[in-house]
Amino acid sequence: MSRHFLAICLLATLLGGALPALAQDADAPIQTLLQEHGEAIAESSRRTIGPAIDALTDSGLPAAQRVLERWQAKEMWRNEETGLFVFAEEIDRDTLRIFDVAGEAEIGVVPDDGYDQLKPNSGIRGMIGAALVRFQLTDPDPAVRATALEAIGRDPEAAHLNTLRKALADEPDAALAERMARQERLLTIQYGESEAERIEAIEHFAGDLGVDVRAALNPLIATRLEVAETVPEGPEVARVLEPGSEALSREAAHALLVDEGLSAPPLSRDRKRDVLVANIEGGMVGGIEVASLSTDAARDTAYAALVAQGVAQPAATEQEIDAALDAHVFFERYIGAPPAVAAAAAAVLTGIENSVMVNQAADLVLDAISLGSIYFLAAIGLAITFGVMGVINMAHGEFIMMGAYTGFVVQQFVPDHTVSILLAIPLAFAVTFAAGVAMERLVIRWLYHRPLETLLATFGVSIALQQLAKNIFGTQARPLTAPGWLDGSLVFNDIVSISYIRIAIFVLALLFLAVFLLVMNRTRLGLEVRAVTQNPAMAGSMGINPDRINMLTFGFGSGIAGIAGVAIGLYAKVTSEMGSDYIVQSFMTVVVGGVGNIWGTLLGAGMIGGLQKMIEWLNPSNTLAAQTYMILFIILFIQFRPRGIIALKGRAAEA
Amino acid sequence: MSDIALSPGTRRPLVARYPALAVFMIVLALFTIGVTILSEGFGIGVISTSFVKTLGKTLCLCLVALAMDLVWGYCGILSLGHMAFFGIGGYAIGMWLMYARTEIIVTESLAAAPLPPTPQEISDGIAAQIFGVVGASEFPPIWAVAHSLPLQLLAAVLVPGLIALVFGWLAFRSRVTGVYLSILTQAMTLALALYLFQNDSGLRGNNGLSGLQNLPGLDHVAQSTVSLWFFWASALALALGYLLCTWIVSGKFGSVIRAIRDDEARVRFLGYPVEAYKLFVFTVTAVIAAIGGVLYYPQAGIVNPAEIAPIASIYLAVWVAIGGRGRLYGAVIGAALVSLLSTWFTGGQAPDIDLGFYTIRWVDWWTIALGLSFVAVTLFAPKGIGGLVDLVTERKSPQRHGADLGPDPGALREKEADE
Amino acid sequence: MSTLLEVSGVSVSFDGFRAINNLTFQIGPAEMRAVIGPNGAGKTTFMDIVTGKTRPDKGRVLWGEKSQSLLKMSESQIAQAGIGRKFQRPTVFEDQTVAENLMLALKKARGPLSVLRFRAAKEDREKVGALAEEIGLAVALSRKAGELSHGQKQWLEIGMLLAQEPRLLLVDEPAAGMTPAEREHTTAILVEAARTRAVVVVEHDMEFVRRLDCRVTVLHEGSVLAEGSLDFVTSNERVIEVYLGR
Repeated sequence: MSRHFLAICLLATLLGGALPALAQDADAPIQTLLQEHGEAIAESSRRTIGPAIDALTDSGLPAAQRVLERWQAKEMWRNEETGLFVFAEEIDRDTLRIFDVAGEAEIGVVPDDGYDQLKPNSGIRGMIGAALVRFQLTDPDPAVRATALEAIGRDPEAAHLNTLRKALADEPDAALAERMARQERLLTIQYGESEAERIEAIEHFAGDLGVDVRAALNPLIATRLEVAETVPEGPEVARVLEPGSEALSREAAHALLVDEGLSAPPLSRDRKRDVLVANIEGGMVGGIEVASLSTDAARDTAYAALVAQGVAQPAATEQEIDAALDAHVFFERYIGAPPAVAAAAAAVLTGIENSVMVNQAADLVLDAISLGSIYFLAAIGLAITFGVMGVINMAHGEFIMMGAYTGFVVQQFVPDHTVSILLAIPLAFAVTFAAGVAMERLVIRWLYHRPLETLLATFGVSIALQQLAKNIFGTQARPLTAPGWLDGSLVFNDIVSISYIRIAIFVLALLFLAVFLLVMNRTRLGLEVRAVTQNPAMAGSMGINPDRINMLTFGFGSGIAGIAGVAIGLYAKVTSEMGSDYIVQSFMTVVVGGVGNIWGTLLGAGMIGGLQKMIEWLNPSNTLAAQTYMILFIILFIQFRPRGIIALKGRAAEA
Repeated sequence: MSDIALSPGTRRPLVARYPALAVFMIVLALFTIGVTILSEGFGIGVISTSFVKTLGKTLCLCLVALAMDLVWGYCGILSLGHMAFFGIGGYAIGMWLMYARTEIIVTESLAAAPLPPTPQEISDGIAAQIFGVVGASEFPPIWAVAHSLPLQLLAAVLVPGLIALVFGWLAFRSRVTGVYLSILTQAMTLALALYLFQNDSGLRGNNGLSGLQNLPGLDHVAQSTVSLWFFWASALALALGYLLCTWIVSGKFGSVIRAIRDDEARVRFLGYPVEAYKLFVFTVTAVIAAIGGVLYYPQAGIVNPAEIAPIASIYLAVWVAIGGRGRLYGAVIGAALVSLLSTWFTGGQAPDIDLGFYTIRWVDWWTIALGLSFVAVTLFAPKGIGGLVDLVTERKSPQRHGADLGPDPGALREKEADE
Repeated sequence: MSTLLEVSGVSVSFDGFRAINNLTFQIGPAEMRAVIGPNGAGKTTFMDIVTGKTRPDKGRVLWGEKSQSLLKMSESQIAQAGIGRKFQRPTVFEDQTVAENLMLALKKARGPLSVLRFRAAKEDREKVGALAEEIGLAVALSRKAGELSHGQKQWLEIGMLLAQEPRLLLVDEPAAGMTPAEREHTTAILVEAARTRAVVVVEHDMEFVRRLDCRVTVLHEGSVLAEGSLDFVTSNERVIEVYLGR
């Protein structure tokens, strides 16, 4: 296709305007504008297209956005004769349905012979996209503007910078303007023209915790390790490294020298072997029998012989390596940005890292509190059965599991998650209360004051219940779905956040604490429970039925375990073995806190949760190790406070 | 029970004082001979090799049950950690077995290389073979003596012994007793298991050590023969263990530890360093358990962290309780009976029971039956199966305060009230 | 007269309750002493402190010629040093025979390894036999202690105490639940023991105390109210007020 021909056509159109075209408004402002830049548009070169796109964007014509969109979508065609632009849909291989660029009225169905499709390449499509963003950014609907802004944040481009600046000037919504300004600065950091403007933008973000800020700054401080005889003067040197330091091992430094051809490679075991193998002649290498080369010393001797013969390269000796390392300096050069910008970015990043640390500590505290409340939930039932009554119930974990499965079963019948959870909580309490009462009547009451026997018998129950759950529900994990309003997290900033489920568990833990205190200290049941545990004979003589009280207390403790099961099921998976995951920690919580004291249990849960999170933080790769160390710590802790954090003193404690 | 009681002034040999010892030894000897005659390896082949292995493993479990009985039935420490010591013993022997076998394989494969391999190359090759599954290729420090059978056997005894010593010292020193101690030992076991579950524990994480049934350098010996070797070794170990335990509990030492079980404060006021005794018993039994593990795992073929999990130690307590604690033969009977029954039921060999509306499949229901029968034993037959022996011999047990199954805190409470 | 045990300025409190309040007490190497006092006077706590069961908040407890502090020793070390204790309620090992109980108490090396190697020699058996004779349980040697009557358990415990050969005996209500004849026998044993060693008897029964014919220490609210002969203390007005009369 000849450009001259096109030019002639264009000329003809402008001059004559009377070509035999289909009904098309050739004089519409948008068509006129396109024709002004027709040459550049048709050529589709990234270098020259800029003014055309800008002209369209700046024209203020309502049709401009539509043109850009369809152009980007490769739906704009050009009449070969008239040079007029149309929108077109391909009906089949050879026919097009064309539309006027102004008003999008259908013009008719034509063969595609006379039309050329405009095929902007990806670079141009990007530019068009950036231009389109401008339209979206100035869209009357704030939601569209916000979406466009997010799109920029996800995929920033240099072209967005100007667009954004223009949009920012006209933005009516203050909140949105704020966000635009922030995005503008982020873009300036990356694409700003002058160093001063970039540095100013960088410094604006001092102390900002946003992930996007760090993502924008980090590439700026990228460095490359280089080697030279002397350290070059100038700001582009980020830092000088000492070989053998933590940041640069001796081997890495020497490898760099070898890469640069500044030193001979060291003789690795593999290379030595390969060279020796390559030089085997008649069972001998360098005058030494192959069969005797089973030690490093013998291989060294053989290699030295090969070097002497000139068939092998001499390897760098330790002294040579040292000399080469001494003769050179290693430094990192900024490659991500001009030195001044990089330095500013580094300074701001250091500040940000510090406040990130502070915030991570805060996040850790939140995590610890939520883990602590889970342990507290798991342990509070035990605090009643074990702490108050002194009954060791090894099946406590299985009561938690029963509660969780109750929740699961309820969800099978009640599809609405909010209703099902609200229904599951009392049901779980009822089920495990009944199970607890049954167990107390059938097993535990025969074994009072025989704690070891109780421990054994409840083991038996625990084993049986676990297997029963396996038989009924299978071995795979069952989901217990939280209601929709518990999805998501409470976000403080990009670092500190806590999911609503964890908040709910925390609240539930507090609620349990309140219920426990209320029942124990404010009700007749609590009074009787305390009386029975302190002196059953005396309580009996005062008209309290210790049997009934023991039964109810045990049921109460088990019921609370059931509710805890629902809560834990929302947070973790429901399996037949979930109880055994919590039983040891629960007992530890009660023992560490101090048996017989609910505040001790609270402190114990807090301490265990906190410590476990801290250990996980020190060694994030390994939660198993964190649990291991946690348990070791507890064993040591009991050394120093055998009776727990809150210890009962005196004779009461010795009973 | 005791010589001084029955006839002050005379001394008779252990076997005479303990007829159970003689009976046990004779039964064990007959059993060993019988199995050998019926085996594939040396006899008429009625018993399959895998069943010989099962029986050999059962003997090892009886040995660890003896240890459990000593520490729990006699000394009153309900340890939920002895299967962990058992497992550590298995790991220790497993390390040597894996190392030595892999060494042979690696040496063979390197023999084809143009140069004879250096020790370093062999070691690297073995490490790559063993630790490939956990993405490592270097030997962790704990494998330092894995190349040597004597040293590794020493480690099999020393490591559990030391762990028991340190843990016991800490626990007993702070006077943690009763259920608290049980929970603490359970925590120790859990910590060990969790540690071993990690991939960077240096013991192949949850893959554990495998292929232990193949003895290095003895590939030409049939498994039917090897199984009998281990069977005999297990029987010998059980016999020696029984002798040792009988000796320990027979004399004044046994009297002291039973006294500790029943009223440790009183024993203290008699001037006995109670903590030292507990530590002694805890450590010795840990070592016995580890020896059981050393013999068990080459017959099982694989050891992994799940074997160490607290539930294993709980089952150990179940065996001893069902057999009858506080009597050595009770522990052996319990371990043998329950573990063999478990194998039978969970192995799918037991016939299902068709109730018409529901078929009881033992694979699913055995554990439930075991758990419930355990509850029943605790409630109704605290002496376990061993109590049947009492019925036969009409041994009278004291009907007044106290019982031979441990301290009765109820009595202690009454005492407190009196004081 | 030298002192075997010196308790001075000892106080201990449980949860704010002062069980022992600045208590001072001394006893010589061969002396009988009766300690009396109303319930809650701190008699048992006093014994707990001496035997190492309870650690005092302040004060010191010195033992023997070398004036060794007992506060740093464990219960078993204190027992080995020569302090034997008989509890108020007889605590014998009910699952073991009378002979085994006595053999346990016999003064021998107490370490686990030496006990493991221990085999009763002829004289040990004879000593057990003699002790059993003295406490009237010779025929019951092979019976389980749990089968004994309450009084027999008391005797057995006294026998165990003697077998320990302690230098100081702390005896808590030895005569409780005994017939008059048995009481007489108990008195005789204690008086005999006090010839060669120190004996502290805590007792409620004034008749029994009178028969012991020794110095009496009256405890009240954790400290010494009066000390002297029985006649002297029973004539003390304060003693009459808090303990005898009212």
